[in-house]
Amino acid sequence: MSLQLVFDALSLGGIYAIAALGIALIFGVMNLVNFAHGQFIACSVFALIMPSADAVATMGLGALPAVLLIPAILAFGAGLAVAAEALVFRPLRHASPVALMVASFALGILLQNVLLVAYGGRPKAVSLWPELGSPVAVLSAQVPLLQLLVIAAVVLILAGLALMLKRTRVGLEMRAAAEDFDMARMLGVRANGVISGAFALSGALAAVVALVLVTQTGVADVRMGGQIMLVAFIATVVGGMGSLAGAVAAGLALGAASALLQAFLPVDARPFRDAFLYALVILVLLFRPQGLFASVGAKPRV
Amino acid sequence: MPDSHVIASRATRHQVRRRMAATTPVLLALLLLVFVVAVVTFGDRASARMASETLIRVTLVAGFWIFVGNSGVVSFGHAAFACVGAYVSAWTTVAPAMKATLLPGLPALLADARWHVLPASLAAGLAAALLALVTGAAILRLSGIAASIATFAFLAMVNTIWANWTPVTGGTSSVVGLERYVTPWVGLGWAVATLAAAGLYAASASGLALRASREDEVASSASGIDRYRHRLAAYTISAFFCGVGGALMGHYIGVINPDGFYLNLTFLMLAMLVVGGIGSLSGAVVGVLAVSLAVDALVRMEKGVSIGDVTFALPPGSQEILIAAAMILVLIFRPAGLLAGREITLPARWVAGRGASND
Repeated sequence: MSLQLVFDALSLGGIYAIAALGIALIFGVMNLVNFAHGQFIACSVFALIMPSADAVATMGLGALPAVLLIPAILAFGAGLAVAAEALVFRPLRHASPVALMVASFALGILLQNVLLVAYGGRPKAVSLWPELGSPVAVLSAQVPLLQLLVIAAVVLILAGLALMLKRTRVGLEMRAAAEDFDMARMLGVRANGVISGAFALSGALAAVVALVLVTQTGVADVRMGGQIMLVAFIATVVGGMGSLAGAVAAGLALGAASALLQAFLPVDARPFRDAFLYALVILVLLFRPQGLFASVGAKPRV
Repeated sequence: MPDSHVIASRATRHQVRRRMAATTPVLLALLLLVFVVAVVTFGDRASARMASETLIRVTLVAGFWIFVGNSGVVSFGHAAFACVGAYVSAWTTVAPAMKATLLPGLPALLADARWHVLPASLAAGLAAALLALVTGAAILRLSGIAASIATFAFLAMVNTIWANWTPVTGGTSSVVGLERYVTPWVGLGWAVATLAAAGLYAASASGLALRASREDEVASSASGIDRYRHRLAAYTISAFFCGVGGALMGHYIGVINPDGFYLNLTFLMLAMLVVGGIGSLSGAVVGVLAVSLAVDALVRMEKGVSIGDVTFALPPGSQEILIAAAMILVLIFRPAGLLAGREITLPARWVAGRGASND
């Protein structure tokens, strides 16, 4: 029971962390609160299936073998995010963070309704890799194979990302841009390159979340990006806006809190789990308004 | 005595500006009056309904502006106040027999209530304002962007509660049987009341202090402005009118549902504010009128327009796509909105009156 809970918490927290990372990356380099991130996730889910209004989905991209499917969907997510940057956010580069945020909200609504027009509003059954749902015995617990894969994938992604940020030139430029964008540009960092790179990475992370979500739930729903995006946002706020490590830590913490609430709330109160989660977050912020791991740049200097 | 002359003329210039500011809500109210009279006189039933809906939106968006316009903090949570308002009005006005079947969990006080619609809409506003006071006390301590995200969490929280608290809210199934009393005149009454309140708040010391903190957070706090207190005041007043607007929406359609007060309403309210311009009350009203007319035209096109023998219809959902695209284009090409932060006022010399200097 309790070991099972640990796996639940880790896999849910891992997904939240990946989603939060996608948001924090972009906030770090261009102070954009990207409310379209949830729709990047939803679009990546729907990219798997053919456009139609049927209740059971016909696989499009999703029919490819996993070796091709995973890179294809990651590339789709990255491409979508880069296109969004070029069309919407690049012309707004010098706008205020509030205008950027409102624009991203509008973009999210736009993408959601594009999906609605193409696929209809009803949730669709999608069976992607159903064999991953089969349980595996780990010590005393029965854990779905998918959970183990998710945990492994999250560890790999985080390690890979950390290596990239610490060891490669692109990573160095991204960290420099997150620290002080204008200064980084003066020292020869190409703004367009770094921002496009951050969007590509963020879109690919959204696609990872999409793959996990669709495998886990077996459903493609136009609204599916919204809830996870919100949790991811909360994770970035709690983690201190723009702090990547903070976003990951807060994502894991929220996943754990979510799993615990699900397990220990009275049955009657369980449908309200998310409401408790959001209230918890507002409480945390009351005591640490700058987030738990505030980055240096978060507080404006005079 | 040149010095005293300068001071006197400055004081009058200040007075002139205050009088000009006072004409804004009056002119906007007249604009809405002309709109209603035109629609009632020349339009059909469909356009009368469109007018009522537009005026409800003016109530919502002008209420929304009281907070967003003055504080510069974008709130995603105001649709939640509309939701609470709509349900409070439903709880207090729907026939008790209907409530017994739809909402068995209501406390006896509400289950037997059969109020008149006016006290019900006031109660709707007060409930929303109370909720804003309590939640705002937490949310508004955050800095701008983080506060916006927290309002989003608040919206999701209210939606989660309303969609699951089935005995009291009916859950995701709709509450029906709200008396449909909202005519263009009712809408006009509340819209004008909201405009008056918005004008008064903007002209008040608190409104001025809040706008100062919007322009420069550091300088305003150095001048002794307690940003948090003024934000909370604006948030509460603003929630009152959004609560009333929500109640009106419910009584306009006759059926309410938690998802009717979620992201789409948030989006529509924000789109109207952004298109017209966040910086001014006139912008909010012009934005509502412009977007409402566009939405109306697009809805008609979604139903199908015949040109000759060919019926041409936009697929459902394209309305939101086009409005969202328009909103992004406005943000890129006219970031301050259609009115660019200006107010509609009478010209200075009309309000200057006697005794004003001619400089």
